[in-house]
Amino acid sequence: MKFGPMKAHRRARLLQILFLLVLAGLATTFLLQALNSNINLFYSPVQVTSGEVPLGQRIRVGGMVEAGSIIRASDSLKVGFNVTDLAGSTFEVNYTGILPDLFREGQGVVATGEFTRDGLFEAEEILAKHDEKYMPPEVAMALEAGDSASSALP
Amino acid sequence: MIVELGHFCLVIACVLAGLQMVLPSVGLFRGNFLLINTGRSLASGVFLFTVLSFCALTYAFLTNDFSVAYVARNSNTLLPWQYQFSAVWGAHEGSFLLWTLVMSTWTLLVANFSKPLSDEFRARVLIVMAGLSVGFYLFLLLTSNPFERTLPFYPSEGADLNPLLQDFGLIVHPPLLYMGYVGLAVPFAFAIASLWSNQLDVSWARWSRPWTNAAWAFLTLGITLGSWWAYYELGWGGWWFWDAVENASFMPWLIATALIHSLAATEKRGVFKSWTVLLAVFGFSFSLLGAFLVRSGILTSVHAFAVDAERGQAILWFITIVIGGSLTLYSLRAWNLKSVVGFDKSGRENFILANNLLLTISAAVILVGTLYPLAYEALNDGAKISVGPPYFNAVFVPLMLPLLVLMAFSQRSQWAATDLRVLVYGQGRLLAGSTVLGFGVALLLGALDLWICGIATLAFWLTLNLGMELRRRVKGRQAPWRRLLKQPLAVWSMVIGHFGIAVVALGIVSAVMMSEETDLRMAPGDTATVGDLEVKFLGTEAVQGPNYLSDQGRLEVYRAGQLLAVLQPEKRRYLASQSIMTEADILVRFAGDIYVALGEPLSEGAWAVRIHIKPLVRLIWIGGVLIGLSGFLSLLDRRYRVRSVLREKEISERQGSETAYV
Repeated sequence: MKFGPMKAHRRARLLQILFLLVLAGLATTFLLQALNSNINLFYSPVQVTSGEVPLGQRIRVGGMVEAGSIIRASDSLKVGFNVTDLAGSTFEVNYTGILPDLFREGQGVVATGEFTRDGLFEAEEILAKHDEKYMPPEVAMALEAGDSASSALP
Repeated sequence: MIVELGHFCLVIACVLAGLQMVLPSVGLFRGNFLLINTGRSLASGVFLFTVLSFCALTYAFLTNDFSVAYVARNSNTLLPWQYQFSAVWGAHEGSFLLWTLVMSTWTLLVANFSKPLSDEFRARVLIVMAGLSVGFYLFLLLTSNPFERTLPFYPSEGADLNPLLQDFGLIVHPPLLYMGYVGLAVPFAFAIASLWSNQLDVSWARWSRPWTNAAWAFLTLGITLGSWWAYYELGWGGWWFWDAVENASFMPWLIATALIHSLAATEKRGVFKSWTVLLAVFGFSFSLLGAFLVRSGILTSVHAFAVDAERGQAILWFITIVIGGSLTLYSLRAWNLKSVVGFDKSGRENFILANNLLLTISAAVILVGTLYPLAYEALNDGAKISVGPPYFNAVFVPLMLPLLVLMAFSQRSQWAATDLRVLVYGQGRLLAGSTVLGFGVALLLGALDLWICGIATLAFWLTLNLGMELRRRVKGRQAPWRRLLKQPLAVWSMVIGHFGIAVVALGIVSAVMMSEETDLRMAPGDTATVGDLEVKFLGTEAVQGPNYLSDQGRLEVYRAGQLLAVLQPEKRRYLASQSIMTEADILVRFAGDIYVALGEPLSEGAWAVRIHIKPLVRLIWIGGVLIGLSGFLSLLDRRYRVRSVLREKEISERQGSETAYV
């Protein structure tokens, strides 16, 4: 094979391909960066009580709203409640705003926000399920995780 | 009895679809004209039996036959009749029956309104569509039978339709959306048929254009309506959430939008041939992916049906077969899909190329964001994550801005090559004019925000360019106004569609940047100030509806002491399911919707109240409707009809020489 001087149109084609590759690389980098800075990890109550959650980082938590735990402020929309996996792991959630229609004691809930100190979750957004029969996969998983953690105890 | 008949009709439809796939194939193989043409009549049979089956399920709903499990789960004797009717497609099984009904409708239409096609080519298209139908019917019959009975112990009362779905929006939204989703099967079938028959000239592009436009128009209207429904019915006042299921409808829309543009280039200029085929394949694949995401319950979504792994798996297999099969065929045949003509950098082809690149990249980045949680879960031992709206905004908006700029420029571009002087002529003045208008709008809205000024300027620039293009077409001619009306509908369709984009862009930016949102606690007699409005809460009273009890709030909206309106949002408790539903009340104004919804009752007669002011939010849906209508308008263009007549002649002349099949 001979590597002579490249023909003009070949060189142009090569430059085009290189340009496209660089462009694709840049786009992928940007995409991954956007993705990684906008994902919210999900934590179950067991993970919260065992201290696995990072403080001050935007995450999602979920479980069941503990019966009798909802406390409302009398002069604002502040509300606090406990989220549990029904197997002994519980933590507090604070929220200011309007709760979804299907938010209820003993029902599944997923909240987005951050832990400001150990065991207190400041929620920015609360999602309850939208259909009576529908259980968010995260909540199902959180309950399962709680079950297996508690059955592993002696 | 009727229910069993309905089930039976569905089985017959499935068998007929099977025959519709097999018989013409055998005919093609043997060169038997009689068999080749069976596809057309079988299409009527499939359609008829699917309609009968659909009627049977509707009958079960209207007669409150709770021995049918699906009816018992999704209806109730107290449910008003129009919602009993729409409840037919209110959950998984019935909505998939609607899906098959829509599929058989499209097949019937293709079978009967495809005069320009040769018998052989039409047969191939119908075979592909029948193959897809068989898959749908089998899925319905084997995993999601809507006619399943709960005998002998059936409930005396139904569990009721999800209250969110008891709304006009649900009556219309799914049928429109499905017409779009499933309609993309038509260009898919045309593409596959042309690969299969090795008939890779541009004729398939010409034939599939009206079908693609129609499917795309339905999809556009379906998505627009869905967004409107979410706005007034979900009670959050949002119109787009980047929810997995919304994305599932938006990705095929983006691909279909790319497809209608590249089809135009392929038809007119014979370029992008193989790319267009790929887009047709991917457009429909994205439809199927949407069906998978919605129906497997695999992602957390406001729309998700209950989780069912079996169904998800079945659809996944179907997708694998469809995509795998078509890509294999593509790889075998695409090598002779060479474009013969070239084009200059300034040609319209290049604008369409850029449009296609930007649209497919946006579909791809949305796909990445939508599926990333699944990939992450698989790679990280079941750890769950969610990808938030900030990701989608961060990647989608930067892709749409250059698209808007290109759209403005492209209006006066010409095929093959455009004189650069024509392209830039007067753009400076237009840009200056639109900047003034853009700032004017921003001032009217009361904020000199950079985003609003920028997007409004772009929107006006695009609009002015559209106007200039119309002007160019009639300039210097006699009776220009009459001439304007006589422009081909395809031109008007193009202008109206792109104008719709400008309208949507303006609506989005003002709704995003200018919305005033307040959630607060209000006791009866309290007054809240939101923007330049004062809202006074007068308390609630109990109201009874046909199948619900309601707390109806009363809020007076004042502007500068003047009463504008009394709004009556409701909090409903549906009797059968005991579920709670927010019914927002909205005062529609040009200056901005006033959106009021009740949160929950607090102590001492006070309520959590949500008050939003959303300037120009209506433009989002008005624009969406304009875009959708432009698609339908293009169907009426006489160029399609004239061409089909010519085509028919050409074929009848050729008929004698065509003997070889397969």
